[in-house]
Amino acid sequence: MNFDWFVLPFSIGLFLLFILVIFKISFWIRQLPLNDRLLLNKGIFSLKILRVIKEVILESLLHLRIFKINPLLGFMHMSFAFGWFMLIAIGNLESRMYAGTELNLPYYPIFFKFFIHKPLEIPFAEGFTFIMDFFLLLVLSGVLIAFSKRIYSKIVGLKRTTKLKAFDIFAMLSLWLIFPLRLFAESSAAGMYHTGGFMTQPIGNAFAGFLPLDTLSYIFWWAYSISLGVFFVCLPYSRYMHIPTEIILIAFRHFGIHRSKEYDIFKDVEVFSCSRCGICIDKCQLNTMAQVTNIQSAYFIKSIRKKNQQEEIVQNCLICGRCQEFCPVGIKTDDLRLSQRMIFENKENANFNYLPPQTPIKTEVLYFAGCMTHLTPSIKLSMVNILKNSKIPFKFMDEEESICCGRPLMLSGNTKDAQKLMQANIEIICSSQAHTLVTSCPICLRIFKEEYNLNINVLHHSQFIENLITEGKIRVQTSTKTISYHDPCDLGRGLGIYDEPRSILAHTGTLLKNNFEKNNSLCCGGSIANNQNYNLNKDKISKQVIEHLSSKNPDIIATACPLCKKTFVKYSDIRVADIAEIVNEQMILLHSS
Amino acid sequence: MIDFGYKIQADRQINLDTTDKDLANFVRKHENSFNICIGCGTCTASCSAGNFTNFNFRKLQLFICRGEIADVKTEIAKCMLCGKCQLACPRGVNTRNVIMTIRKGLEEQL
Ligand code: SF4
Ligand code: SF4
Ligand code: SF4
Ligand code: SF4
Repeated sequence: MNFDWFVLPFSIGLFLLFILVIFKISFWIRQLPLNDRLLLNKGIFSLKILRVIKEVILESLLHLRIFKINPLLGFMHMSFAFGWFMLIAIGNLESRMYAGTELNLPYYPIFFKFFIHKPLEIPFAEGFTFIMDFFLLLVLSGVLIAFSKRIYSKIVGLKRTTKLKAFDIFAMLSLWLIFPLRLFAESSAAGMYHTGGFMTQPIGNAFAGFLPLDTLSYIFWWAYSISLGVFFVCLPYSRYMHIPTEIILIAFRHFGIHRSKEYDIFKDVEVFSCSRCGICIDKCQLNTMAQVTNIQSAYFIKSIRKKNQQEEIVQNCLICGRCQEFCPVGIKTDDLRLSQRMIFENKENANFNYLPPQTPIKTEVLYFAGCMTHLTPSIKLSMVNILKNSKIPFKFMDEEESICCGRPLMLSGNTKDAQKLMQANIEIICSSQAHTLVTSCPICLRIFKEEYNLNINVLHHSQFIENLITEGKIRVQTSTKTISYHDPCDLGRGLGIYDEPRSILAHTGTLLKNNFEKNNSLCCGGSIANNQNYNLNKDKISKQVIEHLSSKNPDIIATACPLCKKTFVKYSDIRVADIAEIVNEQMILLHSS
Repeated sequence: MIDFGYKIQADRQINLDTTDKDLANFVRKHENSFNICIGCGTCTASCSAGNFTNFNFRKLQLFICRGEIADVKTEIAKCMLCGKCQLACPRGVNTRNVIMTIRKGLEEQL
């Protein structure tokens, strides 16, 4: 039998890894609510499993999404994952073909070159040696990039890479060591028995020239086995747990496992799926513009995993969604953050019994300005004017007394109190029998759409105005003005409304391109989601965002959110205007018939 | 007594050495922009809750500083946390967090 004592560290490590991962996964599945477990069972035996497999190949092995964001970083992740996977898969195939049996002990293919000392007598023998060397080279190139990234993160285009603790470094080093040690072990075997490929053979020959290979080779095999074993044991406790967990996450998504607002199993799986790739760190404006470097999703997620949630990390975030947008694992970082805020804040604090019973207002279109719009009165006046001009029957829902939509409370983590405000608004909206609800504020729009469960059209004013223009209900004059458009977070990344505002602006002037558009747009800095010691950072962020928007020297900086507008006017020399204001100014008044 | 239409106000002297400043100190510690309020009242003028009630955030801050915290809990419960005051405040007081911190402070003392 092919056995040597040095295979033990590897075998024990693999065994422990197997046990620990199975234990963790079954823990998750057992904690799922019954209907989700049924969904899981159904999913596994349905065609959906094919989609899961496809995504696992594309994302867990090839890392296409990272490729799209950062090619070099993508290559690094791909070379580790895909390269190693191929080494294992092809190694297995090779050893099985050689042994002519299905049953192999797991270590046999891994240490194949230790046990087999003669050129293989299987079909494509040379091809196998070539492929095995090729994938080893691929992984080694990944190790090299990873190593350089640690030394100097700008190499992969990251301004900052994740900070590590002692244990992480230990796990990381054990991973990095695996492949050079494999190279040394296989090369020394090649040096002695001429079994190597295009890379291992020349290195082996060189080794043979000056090294006592017969003793050294054995040491290399031991070291290789130990590094594997150590890595396997570290894996469940380190960030590398993301490797098995991401597969579970992908399956959960495809099988439609439910998400709740609270921190649930789905979110726990997301937390363990974070590879700490660091992409979110560079996307976060608190890092790039305000030098806050401890709250980014990578660190935030780590703090959850370490059960070390600090209120400061949880609260100091704009919930701008930039990190979520670019997270290659697709972790819903915004929801995750809110679920943690709920732990601190979700208590019944408020009492809104003072809200008077509402007298129903009957109308077709209901206009809700929202709190922020009340602080930028030119927006609401423009909207009222546009609505009047379109001759559509409408009522101004919060003209005198405005009840907050509830999203600010929601963003602070207090859904219980938010519910009370929502209920009050829902009553007004439903009793009005309106078919359309229009709002000027993307913050309100988002909660109307996501939480209110209204059975009517809910539109942002940019969508509504675009409809008015295409239907010929209002006419807008064009102008020679140049406009730079800023996508508000909740409107753009939050609700995917990118085109309507642009289409309106194309009617009113010339739209200029800027570097941060659509899903890559910046947060204005004014986010009400940031609850702590934030004023100084806000200054820094808003100033820099205005610099970007002003770079082409437009006549107008346009936005579609009262909060963005209010934030910008303080810092901008160029006029800042909401889309509704621009349309209102350039509207051709239709003569009343 | 004959009502002449005038009233003698109850004595409102406050001894700042003996008042209960725990809550004020708690808020100061956790949200330091509480210190820079100049009591201008812009927050109150813009307040959503103030539209429906006599809720007055400026006064509330003053009362807390003076240690008159008997009514703070019922008053602060009226706030919708909508953030209008924060945008309106000329001093950049992080009013929403002041409110959240007051709520927390009250809770910790109970
Ligand atoms: S949250 Fe996403 S982007 Fe950030 S480190 Fe984790 S996997 Fe990478
Ligand atoms: S949501 Fe925005 S502010 Fe918060 S961590 Fe992500 S990128 Fe940074
Ligand atoms: S607006 Fe600001 S400075 Fe004025 S009273 Fe309110 S919190 Fe104080
Ligand atoms: S956050 Fe509270 S205090 Fe401030 S304006 Fe809104 S309701 Fe008033």
